[in-house]
Amino acid sequence: MAETPLLEVKNLSVSFRVYGGMLRVLDGVNLTVHAGEKVGLVGETGCGKTTTMKTILRVVPQPPAVINSGEIRFKGREVLKMRQRELTDMRGQGISMIFQDPTAALNPVFTVGQQLEAAIRYASAESRRMPRQEVRRRAVRALSEVALADPERLLDSYPAQLSGGMRQRVCIGMALSTEPELLIADEPGTALDVTIQDQVLRLLHRLVEEKHTSVILITHTLGIVRQITDRVYVMYAGSVVEVAPTRRLFAQPSHPYTQGLMAAVPRLSGGGISDGIPGRIPDYMNPPTGCRFHPRCPHAMPVCKRQKPALLAIEDAEHQAACFLYDAPERVRAYQQEGGLT
Amino acid sequence: MLNNASQPDHAVGRSAIDPHRLAQIERRNRRERWGRAWYKFSRNPLSVLGLIMVVTITLMAIFAPFVAPYPQHAEPFTDFANASKPPGGQYLFGTDEIGRDILSRCIFGFRYALVMGVAVLSLVVPVGVLLGLVAGYFQGTIIDTIIMRVTDIFLSVPPLILALAVASVLQPNLTNAMLAVSLMWWPWYTRLVYGLASALRNEYFVVSAETIGAGTGHILFREILPNMVSPILTKMSLDMGWVVIIGSMLSFVGLGVQPPTPGLGTMVAAGARFLPDQWWIAIFPALAIVVVVLGFNLLGDGLRDLFSAEES
Amino acid sequence: MSEIVLRVEALKKHFVVAHKGLIRREPVTVKAVDGVSFEIGRGETVGLVGESGSGKSTIAYIAMGMYLPTSGTIYYRDRDLFREKKRPLDLKREIQIVFQDPSSSLNPRQTVRQILELPLRIHQAGANRLEEVVRLLDLVDLPAEVMHKYPRQLSGGERQIVAIARALATRPSLVVLDEPTSALDVSVQGKVINLLIRLQRELGLTYLFISHDLSVMRNFASRVAILYLGRIAEVASTRQFFENPQHPYTQMLLSSIPVISEEEEKLRPAKVVSSGEIPSPVNLPPGCSFHTRCPYVMDVCRRVDPALVEVGDNGHVARCHLHEQPLAQK
Repeated sequence: MAETPLLEVKNLSVSFRVYGGMLRVLDGVNLTVHAGEKVGLVGETGCGKTTTMKTILRVVPQPPAVINSGEIRFKGREVLKMRQRELTDMRGQGISMIFQDPTAALNPVFTVGQQLEAAIRYASAESRRMPRQEVRRRAVRALSEVALADPERLLDSYPAQLSGGMRQRVCIGMALSTEPELLIADEPGTALDVTIQDQVLRLLHRLVEEKHTSVILITHTLGIVRQITDRVYVMYAGSVVEVAPTRRLFAQPSHPYTQGLMAAVPRLSGGGISDGIPGRIPDYMNPPTGCRFHPRCPHAMPVCKRQKPALLAIEDAEHQAACFLYDAPERVRAYQQEGGLT
Repeated sequence: MLNNASQPDHAVGRSAIDPHRLAQIERRNRRERWGRAWYKFSRNPLSVLGLIMVVTITLMAIFAPFVAPYPQHAEPFTDFANASKPPGGQYLFGTDEIGRDILSRCIFGFRYALVMGVAVLSLVVPVGVLLGLVAGYFQGTIIDTIIMRVTDIFLSVPPLILALAVASVLQPNLTNAMLAVSLMWWPWYTRLVYGLASALRNEYFVVSAETIGAGTGHILFREILPNMVSPILTKMSLDMGWVVIIGSMLSFVGLGVQPPTPGLGTMVAAGARFLPDQWWIAIFPALAIVVVVLGFNLLGDGLRDLFSAEES
Repeated sequence: MSEIVLRVEALKKHFVVAHKGLIRREPVTVKAVDGVSFEIGRGETVGLVGESGSGKSTIAYIAMGMYLPTSGTIYYRDRDLFREKKRPLDLKREIQIVFQDPSSSLNPRQTVRQILELPLRIHQAGANRLEEVVRLLDLVDLPAEVMHKYPRQLSGGERQIVAIARALATRPSLVVLDEPTSALDVSVQGKVINLLIRLQRELGLTYLFISHDLSVMRNFASRVAILYLGRIAEVASTRQFFENPQHPYTQMLLSSIPVISEEEEKLRPAKVVSSGEIPSPVNLPPGCSFHTRCPYVMDVCRRVDPALVEVGDNGHVARCHLHEQPLAQK
């Protein structure tokens, strides 16, 4: 893929100033999303996936946040240097978001129609001049696209009158109504019941396929990533530790963290649950040196404590893991000969 | 079926129950809590200003006889030679119509203002909190209905009129003014605590204590009450300012501190006659009221920020 | 089955949510639990599965005495839990609960030690409480130092383990687990579940396990009952439940779970794709409450509520007209 990626995040580091020092939450995140691609961002609570997204949208509050380094390019333009006007355009037209909790995402005192029409109207300078009927027409179309029956009536109802699943459909409709190039979905099904989540995710999948929208799906549920995305980034403690096409990631998880995570997922086929990954996520104020995963890693070597591993290719550049085990074989041998980790 | 966890050996971790170490850990916990609190509080310079103002006023009030340039001017005293002197070198805030130093009287005025605030709050807070706690925990029962309806009745009487009525039936003096203000003040604490308690009683830690079989006393005072110390403290700080204002109002209309005792409100009332020519007689005591109220309000806002940030 | 520890009998819980009519006020009720019966044998883990509004948590809370049943009752070893108006302490001691979210079930203003001492003070008068706290922490594999910490100083997994230790402090024989791992990350979920399994074996505990997570259920429960809108749709041993589900709702639920391997995908009934909304429990559809979403819906389903019928061995039952005798079918 030679064309400019839609979104490119390079070496992004973000800290938070708090009592007692700095929390070094993001530690060199790299992320690329191409046009029409569906990318998953997986990691557990506190791994920095939400901070990454907030920084991309420039909605992370500064202070306490401090962007230490990094570049974020959306369609080749540097987001970190954008002026307010450009940011508004980017958020209005370029990028849309869906949140975990559709109840919190909709304002309870306005009707679905008022909110949806506002989203359509304020998307860009030209949509602001759109006649009322046109806005209304688009709102109806947005709702019928998300498979909601009787959209006309729905426009006049309040969020409280809808079920959780319907609200999330409305949110999806709203997010896609401005025809964004990138859709960021933050745990889009987590607040819903399983059967409803399944419907909503299938709908989301179908729509972004049809519209060719790029997607970043943020979730901690590996199963959802497998169902929807083309490529997956696995994050741990503020860094991307593995990236791979979805199929390859599930067939051959390579980073010890990814392996631990996969093993920890309880299987529908039974066979018991593994004890998971020992230890806990690091203290961001004093993160471990070198690879941040090394205190919990079953394969830790002395080098892991000294040096932060870069993303290394596994077979080819499509699948990379930030782990010294995937260095050149002779180097790995040398690392291992250094003896146990003290 | 899959567990291969070896039986943990039941060696008791002695170090954890060593009293010396225990005290040490508790000290460390406390230090960390205060450090964190101060860090958050000090983010807002206005809160720090409020704290400084409150501390200064309190110290001045406590040590008034040593701080005031003319402590005897707070007592019955006349010096017609120096009557109605404008602010200047000898009398920083000037003197009143019978020659008393206004600065000294303001410093003593802080005393009565703070005494009033502290006394009213120490009457009002325990009563209001207890009633609110009980009503909130027993929400929906007859206990709740009785307590909250009585509270409503008190809230529906215009506060100043209630205070005026009480103060005028009884002897007009500081004690009765405090009683009058207290009478109209406790329902606000009941209201506040009622809301907090009726939310907290559904928290799972309260339900847990119930399913374990803890008594009502334990649940009210050990589980629920410690979780609302923050909003109560915040309200107390904001209320100090209010009590001072109400007290001054009562004094202003002659129902509070009686002359020659230097109540700030009394001084404003007495000085009002000489406006605008001898403006300093009324304006400086009025400013003193402003300073007290502002200090406590800034402090209260700081506390509120501190505690609301603590939640997240 | 061995000795029965808990017997739920025709349990109903109807909540009044509003009133309608101006003069003759008629209550509007939600049938949160509507005639549920099941038993739990000693040492068993019975799982209650269902989506929101299924009534699974309500059953747990009734068992804990947090609600009184509208009708029906629950027996603990032949003692009616609701005979006395206020539950006696010795019954409270026997039945304990672990809630879903440990950050809400542990008092943020108390140290772990204070949290664990409460049940000891009430139920084990005379014991050396400090030693007992250390023993409890040891039992759940936490270092004794943890007792000096406040909940916010612990990780989510550790907090939940403290909540488990608190439930065990009274030495109960039945523990209700209300979604004990839902608020936790995957990587610690396993640790908590395996701890519960070990404690069950060592202490001979009986569990009532409430969850919406079928994957955890598969690896933890010995028997599963699935609830839909306050009624049991199917009960089976775990293996049968997952390998040979009979009720269309069970099949729909299984087919909706996002899985991570081919092996699991084969277990998902592909034919029953999720559709439709869960009806409001205030306004239940007539007949079988699942008929609005069922791919196999027949005429009779819209009129007649099916009864639980036996569909397999070991007490495998399902509430569905498809499995009734031919006379019920059209």
